[in-house]
Amino acid sequence: MFRETEILKTGSQILPIKQNLEGAGDFVINVGPQHPATHGVLHLVITLNGETIKKVEPHLGYIHRSIEKMCERLNFRQFIYVTSRMDYLSAHINNHACAMCVEKGMQLEVPDRAQVIRVIMDELTRIASHELWWGAMAMDIGAFTPFFHAFREREKINEIMEETCGARLTMNYYVPGGLMADLHPNFQKKVKEFITLFKLKIDEYDELVTGNIIFINRMKGVGILSKEDAVSYGCSGPAARGSSVSNDIRKLYPYAVYDKVQFDEILETGCDSLARYMVRIREMKQSIHIIEQLIDNIPEGEFQAKTKAVLKLPKGEFYSRVETARGELGVYIVSEGATTPYRIKFRSPGFSNLSALDKMARGSKLGDLVAMMGTLDLVIPDIDR
Amino acid sequence: MFIVNYIKEVFGAIKSLLIGMRRTGYYFTHHKEIITEQYPDNRNTLVMADRFKGEVVLTHDEQNEHACTGCTACELACPNATIKIVTKFDITPEGKKKKAIDKFVYHLELCTMCNLCIVACPTDAIKMAQTFEHSVYDRNELIKILNKPDSKIRAGIE
Amino acid sequence: MWSLSNISSAIHNWLNQTFNPTWAMIIEMFIAGIAVIGLFALLGLVLVLMERRVAAWMQIRLGPNRVGPFGLLQSAADTVKLLVKEGMTPNGADKFLFNLAPFIAMMVAMLLMAPIAFAKDFQLWNLNIGVLYVTAVSSIMVVSILMAGWASNNKYSLMGAMRSGAQIVSYELSAGLSILTIVVFTGSLNIADIINAQSNGWWIFKGHIPVLISFVIFIVAVTAETNRAPFDLAEAESELTAGFHTEYSGMKFALFFLAEYINVFIVCAIGATLFLGGWMPFHIGHWKAFNQVMDYIPTSIWFFGKTFFLIFVIMWFRWTFPRLRIDQLLNLEWKYLLPISMFNLLLATAIAILGWHF
Repeated sequence: MFRETEILKTGSQILPIKQNLEGAGDFVINVGPQHPATHGVLHLVITLNGETIKKVEPHLGYIHRSIEKMCERLNFRQFIYVTSRMDYLSAHINNHACAMCVEKGMQLEVPDRAQVIRVIMDELTRIASHELWWGAMAMDIGAFTPFFHAFREREKINEIMEETCGARLTMNYYVPGGLMADLHPNFQKKVKEFITLFKLKIDEYDELVTGNIIFINRMKGVGILSKEDAVSYGCSGPAARGSSVSNDIRKLYPYAVYDKVQFDEILETGCDSLARYMVRIREMKQSIHIIEQLIDNIPEGEFQAKTKAVLKLPKGEFYSRVETARGELGVYIVSEGATTPYRIKFRSPGFSNLSALDKMARGSKLGDLVAMMGTLDLVIPDIDR
Repeated sequence: MFIVNYIKEVFGAIKSLLIGMRRTGYYFTHHKEIITEQYPDNRNTLVMADRFKGEVVLTHDEQNEHACTGCTACELACPNATIKIVTKFDITPEGKKKKAIDKFVYHLELCTMCNLCIVACPTDAIKMAQTFEHSVYDRNELIKILNKPDSKIRAGIE
Repeated sequence: MWSLSNISSAIHNWLNQTFNPTWAMIIEMFIAGIAVIGLFALLGLVLVLMERRVAAWMQIRLGPNRVGPFGLLQSAADTVKLLVKEGMTPNGADKFLFNLAPFIAMMVAMLLMAPIAFAKDFQLWNLNIGVLYVTAVSSIMVVSILMAGWASNNKYSLMGAMRSGAQIVSYELSAGLSILTIVVFTGSLNIADIINAQSNGWWIFKGHIPVLISFVIFIVAVTAETNRAPFDLAEAESELTAGFHTEYSGMKFALFFLAEYINVFIVCAIGATLFLGGWMPFHIGHWKAFNQVMDYIPTSIWFFGKTFFLIFVIMWFRWTFPRLRIDQLLNLEWKYLLPISMFNLLLATAIAILGWHF
């Protein structure tokens, strides 16, 4: 009560001081946490000068579910399924990182069949994720139709996943030591059908969006993220490769069978939104290329290594990293030799990529901010965890 | 030359727009490409994938017998405490006490369909059903008792 | 033969026989008002349904198909829903202006209906400056948008309104200049005269290159003027949630929504009148038999057919293209459309003076 009256009394004196502060009198708008452009509950406080952006300040935590803490009370078999909920668009790849980290700790030898299937599944997930990104990206800049066209192809991947893994989005198909179940008999046939369909349809994407003059003008030269900035902000994945930073974990630190397949690391030198867009479009084609090499060469054998019923990691620290659809995902486990991790930490790609948004957005128009967020491909549960 | 470039630019732009319009025009006129599934109407013909994870069920055969020994492996494997097994002691014909399940309580509202319980089950007593229409008006209806009344363990399963 | 003009003249004669001329005039105005409001409601329902169907088919979906046969009653059901919803007024809003804005939007749309010729000899008000009247009145639309944006006391609304102001004022220029091309050819601002001048061929065929260019510019400019995608910056939902009508709900929102569609109809009707001959049937030179078959189709069908074709084109734009940015939008107008349409007007004038058109 005392404080309130005090403030009321001195209010008239406080106000003029406040106006002299830096930033007072700015036009500040809140984009999010409920906003059509943020794809989730991201909250951006944007300081504007007319239409031009002076500052972007992301506020996080609206969908924080303390996944790291949850993982600490689940055992090494159980915690993998929770990580599907981080970056739900690349659930398989998240699970891959966790399974790999546990395997590394236990020095489990994963059968070849499981490794190959994991790579195929990862790449299918990557395509599905990029498909959704493409649709959402087009929707962000105001074209609605591509969204539905993208979902048509994504649906095919979801069907393949549903048949083999039993779920469409959060599959929990990878277990330490291999896979939960063998492939469905229809898997190879369906994947081949998908590849033929997808090769036909990806040209439509160029017709509808990539070649469109309005789209190119919206993307070209906006959201410049120089190579140095991309490195210093810790950007990874397509966001960094659009600035010609070579950081594809599949190439630099090959895991599973990525060292045995032929594919290119996509690098674009544009540093702008269009470059990041093109990286993803070309990556989809590379993923198809990887799947094509592997789909007929799945080795016979076990799909799961023999493990004990209760997994125990030896005392120590373990780290594994994978390339998700958004960038580098790191899993860091500290084990005290018990059945549950002592501490677990995820290095999520979205968090670092988001931090570069302020740098990219300053000085550009409000409409560009939406396009930039689109090209960063933010998945908010991945950022907050 | 400036004028030529200017006109080229304008025509290139118009061409790129027309290409996009041709694509949407194609789908506007080709209704066979429509992919909408009208869900509640196609319920009779809708086939779910045979591995689809809808809910956990305890399989019973014709003699109302199941294969659950009450070992609680599934309960331990579950990350969300979805399964709770209440055991009791049956008197076998030989007069021995034998552990058996009284209630197999399954909280569908907590289940994330991770399949870990199915993998953990040593006797393949539980499996995933392909049902997915789980909406109810009362949350309590989602707490299910999976073993049927008067069911008992199949002979020969330890 | 059935025609709208016969019906209207029958009513006119009957009224003049029964009442004295002043009362007959008042009753006629009343009937016209009712007819316009009825047409509004009908157009709103039809256009919303049409938009949703067009969108659905382009997006490989089915579109509304639950309410009524083929979903035909969907937009009627939506209207009922909007009518029973609460029309909220935010606390910080300027209540008077906030509630006035949607009505101004509707009034502008209604005023624009006056000089349009729906069929042969079927026009509410055949004023001699018809085209000028349309361009003048349609600019009042920006007042209602600015009013809505300012009175809402919402930053999104304000930004949407400001964008819309810049946009509509700029695009009026090239829309006006492309209309002037036809005025130059016809030599009259009267809409009935413009249509009659096209009895031997529509301007888009007769006027060749300059009219073709001005037709394209007109379509682009009116798409921008009516705030339709790809120029929907005033409501750009991925940037400004809903732009100038963020705070509107219930029937007040519906009035904006309706006004948008009515405006689309009106600008397409103007486009059809100026470039595609209004209610004039399609004639080919001296093919007598063909021309006579064309004449059998009622003139009102010709008019609505052409208008709905243009509406379809504008919807086609909306469901294909991404949105422009505000500076690109203004660049397009001032660097491309305006210079081209000015040059085009010069060309058209030269052709009109030299009599090179057909």
